[in-house]
Formats: sequence, C-alpha cells, structure tokens
Amino acid sequence: MTTDATAFPQEARAALTNVRLQGALNHLKEGFQVKRAKAFDAYPIPFESLREQGRAIKESALSRLDELLLQFEAKVTANGGKVHWARDAAEARDVITRILKDSGAKTVTKGKSMVTEEIELNPHLIANGLTPVETDLGEYIIQLRNERPSHIVAPAFHLRRTDVEESFREAHQALPSSRVLDNRPALVSEARGILRRHFEAADAGITGANFLVAETGTAIIVTNEGNGDLTRLLPRTHIVVTGIEKVVPRLEDVSILLRLLTRSATGQEITSYVSFMSGPKQADDADGPQNFHVVLVDNGRSALLGSPVREVLQCIRCGACMNHCPVYGAIGGHAYGATYPGPLGAALDPGLDGLAKTYHLPFASSFCGRCETVCPVKIPLTKIMRFWRNESFSRGIPASSFNRGLKLWAWAARRPALYRTFASLAARVMRMIAGKSGRVRSLPFLTGWFIVRDLAKPASESFQSQWRRRP
Amino acid sequence: MSERPRVGLLVTCLADMFRPQVGFAAVRLLEQAGCDVDVPEQSCCGQPAYNAGDAKDAAALARNVIATFERYDYVVVPSGSCGGMVKQHYPKLLADDSKWGPRAEALAEKTHELFSFLVNVRGMKSVQATCSANAAYHDSCSSLREMGVGPEPRLLLKSVDGLSVRDLAEKETCCGFGGFFSVKYPEVSARMADDKIADAKKTGADTLLAGDLGCLLHLAGRISRKGEPLRVRHAAEVLAGMADTPAIGEDGKS
Repeated sequence: MTTDATAFPQEARAALTNVRLQGALNHLKEGFQVKRAKAFDAYPIPFESLREQGRAIKESALSRLDELLLQFEAKVTANGGKVHWARDAAEARDVITRILKDSGAKTVTKGKSMVTEEIELNPHLIANGLTPVETDLGEYIIQLRNERPSHIVAPAFHLRRTDVEESFREAHQALPSSRVLDNRPALVSEARGILRRHFEAADAGITGANFLVAETGTAIIVTNEGNGDLTRLLPRTHIVVTGIEKVVPRLEDVSILLRLLTRSATGQEITSYVSFMSGPKQADDADGPQNFHVVLVDNGRSALLGSPVREVLQCIRCGACMNHCPVYGAIGGHAYGATYPGPLGAALDPGLDGLAKTYHLPFASSFCGRCETVCPVKIPLTKIMRFWRNESFSRGIPASSFNRGLKLWAWAARRPALYRTFASLAARVMRMIAGKSGRVRSLPFLTGWFIVRDLAKPASESFQSQWRRRP
Repeated sequence: MSERPRVGLLVTCLADMFRPQVGFAAVRLLEQAGCDVDVPEQSCCGQPAYNAGDAKDAAALARNVIATFERYDYVVVPSGSCGGMVKQHYPKLLADDSKWGPRAEALAEKTHELFSFLVNVRGMKSVQATCSANAAYHDSCSSLREMGVGPEPRLLLKSVDGLSVRDLAEKETCCGFGGFFSVKYPEVSARMADDKIADAKKTGADTLLAGDLGCLLHLAGRISRKGEPLRVRHAAEVLAGMADTPAIGEDGKS
C-alpha cells in the first residue's frame, strides 16, 4: 500500500473512535508490555548489559556495512546461491519479478516480510500475472482484506475473531457455509488446510530475513507458525528479500541479537522456529530449493547510513517501541499511513519515503521517550525524530504559517523585557476573555488546544513582576 | 563556594504567566534549604522552538539563558522539561559552537530540577507543611527520563501533614501534553490525558500533583472541560505550605 501519511491527523481522529481497534489496543499492555518485562526479568543478565551488546554489534556492523555485504555475497555465491542488489523499490520489484518469470513460477508463497510491504511487492506481482499468497496467519488475513499490517510483529492485531471469520467465509467459498468458525482453533485449522495446499502448489517462496550472517552467507528468520520453513523449503525457488542493514559479521552476533529480538517482541525466550538459510539444496540435504536468491534492498538506507541518524538502521524490528508508545497505543498502526508505524516509523519512514509524504510522523510524538528505554539496540529515537523535525522546519515541509509565527515568537523571546511586555498583554486579554471564571474556553489562536480542553486563566501579575516589586 | 549557595531560579514561562505561586513556592523551599535565591530577568528556555524543529532560534535562546544564568552556583528549575532542555539539550544544541558549547556544558552541569536539587544536593528530607488531601503523583516524562527524578518528590511529600500520596498504576506513561503535540494532535493528546485522569481517579485521589506545569495545565484543562472532580497542583505549592489557594484552573483570584 502506497505510503501517504499526510492525512495523519484525520486518520488518528478516526482511529480514536474505531471501537474494534480500541478493543484490540486494550490488549497491547498484557499482550506485549507485560510479557516483555517478564522475559527480561527472568533473564540472568541485566537487560541493560545485553542491549549494550546488541547495540555495539549493530553499530560496528553498520560501520563496515560495505565490507560485510560483499563478504555475505561471496559466501552466498560460494554456497550456490545468487545475490541481487536493488537500489530502490522499483529495482527490487523488477529483479524479483524477473527471477520468478525466469524460473517459470506462477504461484508464490510468502513468509512475513516488512521489506516486501515497503517495496509494495504484492500488487506488482499480481500486475505481472503472478499469485502471491501470504502464509503468516496474520499476513494471510490482512491480504484477504487488502489491508496493510497494523503492527510489524502482529500484522492483524487490530482485528477481532469475528472479522477473521467474516473474511474466511468470503474467501473460502468452496468450503461448506454451515461450518463452525466461532473459535480460534477452528479458524487456525481452516487457514492451515488452505495454506497447506498453497505450500504444496507453490513454484516459488519469498521470505524476509531477520539477520544476515556475513561469515557464512546465511539468512535467518524467526517464526512461530513454521510457515517460513514451508515457504522456503518446498518450492523450487526461494527468494530472500531484505534490507542491506540486516547483515552482521558472525553467527555468534546473531545469538545475542536473537535473545534481544524474541524477548523484546513477544516475550519469548526463543520463537518456535529459527531458520538458517544458506543456499540451495545440497547433495546430502533431505530437501530444499533448487534456486536460492537474496535480494538486498537499499531504498534509502545507504543515504541514512551517511546521515546524522544512521542509528535508525540498528533496528531489529521487534516492535517494542510501538508496544510502549502512548500514541501508537491510542491510535494503532494504520493511522500512520506508512509502512512502519509508531516511533520506529517516525524515525525511519521519512528516510525511506521522503518528508513530503511523512512530515507528520516525527511530530506525532509527545517526546515522552519511553520507546528509547525499551529499544533492545538503544536507538535514540527521539533524537532521530528531532532530526526530521529540524529538516521539516528548515526545508519548509510542509509550508506553514506556524513556522513564521514561531520565528516571530522566538524573536521576541530573545528580548526578555519586550517578551514580558507581550506576555503581560496576552495575559490581560486572556483574563478578559475568561471573565469571572478561572478558565479560558477558546481563543482565536492555538485553536487545537481548545478543541479538547480549557486553559487556566493567567495570573493577574506575572511572577517576575511580583518578584521585582516585593518589599 | 560560600556557605549559602547562590541559586538562579529559572522560573519557566508557564509559572511566570499562569502560576506565579509555583515560583514563590520554589523560592521558599530553596531558602528553607539554605540557599540565596535570585531571579534574573528571563524569558524562555527555547524548548518550543527546539521541539518544533527550529534549532537556530532555540540556540539563540539557549545562549541568552546561558549568559543570564552562568553567574550562579546553581540553576534550579521547577520543571523537568525546562530543566531537561538546559541540562540535556543545550550541550547538544551548541556542541559545534566552540565558544558556547563549553559554556552550555558548564551550565548543564549545575542545573537541577527543583525536587532533586532539594533532596540530592541540599539533603532536604522533609518539609514543614500541611495539606489535607488524597493525592496521586504524576511523573512528567522529562522529570523521569531526562532528569532522573522519581523518589525525591515522593520523599518530601510524605512529610506533609495530612497528605497521602499514591502512585499511578501507569506511572511511566505520558499524560499527552508534549508541548505543541497537544495543539497539533489534540484528540490523541486528550485521549492520553483521559487515560491519566482515569488512572488518578482509580487511586481514589482527589488531587493530582506533578512537578511540571505543562502536564498540569494540560490535565487541568481537560479536567475542567470534562467536569471531572479532580484538583490539580504543582507539588512545590504543597511542599511550601501554599496549598490553601485555588487549584489550577479553579475560580477565584490568583
């Protein structure tokens, strides 16, 4: 789905009154925050020292990304696979489509991959006569509903069981309409049956990667449903699509990052499946794909690498920042209108999609900073949002009269005596408007404030003025 | 340093204009803690500009504040967010400025949030004050995360006669103020305020205390609009024995 976050204020408002969404968001705390906290409490090493290790691994990997990527490519090639480089989303889509067409593929199963969301792969595949089928249960559900994931770890987290039932009845018309689907096991079982046929029929499988290992040429994914393995092992062709920032030097590094990832994401010590994918089927392998491709997507990442906010590339996509964000907690993921929601999106989306479409996102934060305290790789998210705010202001995106007003205010504030005169004048006006009551109910400026709240009326005399004439 | 340190009070724009008694409460507490307090002519710390992305104007305001306050032994701020601006952000804002960068560092070094200054620097353990209320304490995000303040206001409030202070269940969660955030995305901000107000009511509190007027004006404004039975005050007023006045946004002369 194309990124367009320019309607964020309206979308956020709508989200606040969306009963279904609000019901789901109520589970954010028990579902994610509590489980995560328990997992780190139970871990023998303090979270702080583990996350410092994680941060250091990612920082060091980013500092020699070029070298690691070439090493990764050499290893994949030596293992019999092929690495493709994609500068942007269009190149990535083209190379994936070409691989699929060259291999004669028609149906394609997909494991969960945010990068394929980012490059809007599915509509492109469909336009090219291919049939992509999402196999992560959440992704499958939102594919049926033609929606974007509302959370990077739990894509269908915003839906109720009854919504899923409705989607399944509409999509699986060949099944008897009398079947009972009023419970989760029934839904899971139906999805499993349907997906099993897709797994068996698929000509190609596409997965993402949580990590790439340079020393072995391995791509690694974590899943809880096992769909990743069926996607990568059964078809003739397996394509890994991922961002260039995912590479780390050694397998040992992954063992640290995995501990952080699963605990931060779902509170699990380890996911049900951790799959290591290092190339096509070898002679002594029981099964595996004949062709193994890795598409490494840049799409704005190398520009971020050379920017003051390169730390955003440390992200391991656990979702903890959004799970602890009070704004995400109020409005969910769709309102952001971009691939990556929440604090991560506010820091990353402007780099991927440009400020013209995403300028709201770095401002859609109260700068409470809680995201930074839970980030497993210590990304300074508010610093990065602030960088985008500065870019937005200095480049005039969007053009806004607010900015001129702010400059005028700052001009006055640099002159304390003058500023106090203005402030006391403003206070007098506000007191007149408040009348005998203790509060102002509306003003012709700062209207956003008064849409939802009153303002206590200013004092009759400022502190500084009272202080100066004290006895 | 002399026996009685000289403290420059950075009173904050909001206290100056909306709640002078927070300034007087801070002065009283600082004097009780053995300090000589001065209030130099001042305007704004620059935070609104800084958070709006106007780093240039924010830096100009920062230089003003540095020049005004660097003569004191300490700078004390009855706000975590304006305090955090000076302590955490001035050095970053002026990092590339060879003249002002070191001065920003020096000022940051001696700048403190009011409660943490009283307890951690001046060793204050209790106050002599009375306030009959069931209060809940709200930690502002900047107090909590930028200034590392948490136990200090609670320690002092515990010594107030007649006052009980409870913690909120979600004490690490933002109230939704966030400066211009509250104006740009008012409905989201109001939802966050409503959650905070509900949390406070669940504790059985009749009064909500905090150390930041930004949060307090936002919460008081929402409480007033919704007609909730909750009074709102800066904790310094209670500690200084000045809680017999109308609460924030209540009718009456202030």
